[in-house]
Amino acid sequence: MSYEELLTIEPFALAQDEKNSLLLKNLLSLTEFHRANCVAYEKITDAINFRAESVNGVEDLPFLPVRLFKEAELASVLKSEIFKTMTSSGTSGQRVSKIFLDKETSLNQQKTLIKIVSSLTGSARMPMIIIDSPSVLKNRQMFSARGAGILGFSIFGRKSIYALDDDMNLQFDRIAEFVAENSGRKIFLFGFTFMVWKYFYQVLREKNLKLDLSNAVLIHGGGWKKMVEQSVSPAEFRRALNEVCGLNEIFSYYGMVEQTGCIYPECEHGHLHASVFSDVIIRRAEDFSVCKIGERGVVQVVSMLPKSYPGHSLLTEDEGVLLGVDDCPCGRKGKYFQIIGRLANAELRGCSDTYAAEH
Amino acid sequence: MTNLEKYDKAFIDAFNVAAEDLPNLKYQDIAAWDSVGHMSLMANIEDSFDIMMEVEDIMDFSSYAHGKEILKANYEVDIEA
Repeated sequence: MSYEELLTIEPFALAQDEKNSLLLKNLLSLTEFHRANCVAYEKITDAINFRAESVNGVEDLPFLPVRLFKEAELASVLKSEIFKTMTSSGTSGQRVSKIFLDKETSLNQQKTLIKIVSSLTGSARMPMIIIDSPSVLKNRQMFSARGAGILGFSIFGRKSIYALDDDMNLQFDRIAEFVAENSGRKIFLFGFTFMVWKYFYQVLREKNLKLDLSNAVLIHGGGWKKMVEQSVSPAEFRRALNEVCGLNEIFSYYGMVEQTGCIYPECEHGHLHASVFSDVIIRRAEDFSVCKIGERGVVQVVSMLPKSYPGHSLLTEDEGVLLGVDDCPCGRKGKYFQIIGRLANAELRGCSDTYAAEH
Repeated sequence: MTNLEKYDKAFIDAFNVAAEDLPNLKYQDIAAWDSVGHMSLMANIEDSFDIMMEVEDIMDFSSYAHGKEILKANYEVDIEA
């Protein structure tokens, strides 16, 4: 099935059995594609004796450690085809991942994100408040993960404003005016978790400023580590935001720049869901065997999207647990899971975690 | 301003391009028409014609020429009229 055809499937309607055969076929052909088009990837997969014939399931496919994108420049298209490079968020001094995009992959990322997000919020565009600073998008050839996130979600915005100025100060008057101008309309807020907490929520609370965002929806993602350190649970995050601005509808998501587009949204039961475009496999750290439901392990992510770079099967540095398959009470099919945190000794990543480490 | 003038102005304001280069212009042909530029172009067009475009049409808006077809087919805005 071509990626175009995949995009016509409802993102959370496919049962795991059906999804597995689709994943296996597409991921195997992507593996062959990257072996034929990326010399480094071919060498790596040769070194581990990859044989397509011995792959019987998605879990048999080779995976690269996500860190490899920091150490090597991996692309499966000619340099002249690369039209955008995205970088992971890293604290200064850390090496960042470089992800090379051609037009096709970049367009598919946007289309995928649209499919997944509109299944949550509907496809209507809304007045949008970006809880970040406009300076994030200054370099248009080289996007940070933060910039890529903002841009990807901006398509849902009809007239958008930034909530923070270049020095991360909350533009309260501008926001209040924007909310008033759009009264009666549903407002879309987007931001990275820690930014929303520190530069939006905490400022509103400390200065005792009130906004009425009871008719708004917030989507946020990009790292819970900093929030865990401050002992802010997802439930507390929701409660606190509701208290200062009446926000009721809040969705978080799990995702990473190495597989941009394929985000894993959290449902109303607090479970993260894999869409038809991608999946997670939880592995035991000691031998990389596949964990059972309920067993903690290292998160591997597979995605049918990455074509311009060999990032279709990656071992992350996150720890997670598979909670179930096809039977989440929210009705979404496929796997649902939870992220527990970063593996010990793993680098600090995540759009808002790395920012927080420096400020 | 005629619809064509408004339409051209939306592109010129967003990308700082010359009017004679517009007829063959396609998404990602020039550095300015990248995904960031695309959203400013969409905002300009929506403001000029007082319309709200669907997400699908924003994704489908792949060239100066095709944009005219989208506006005519889905928003009753005839650029050539």
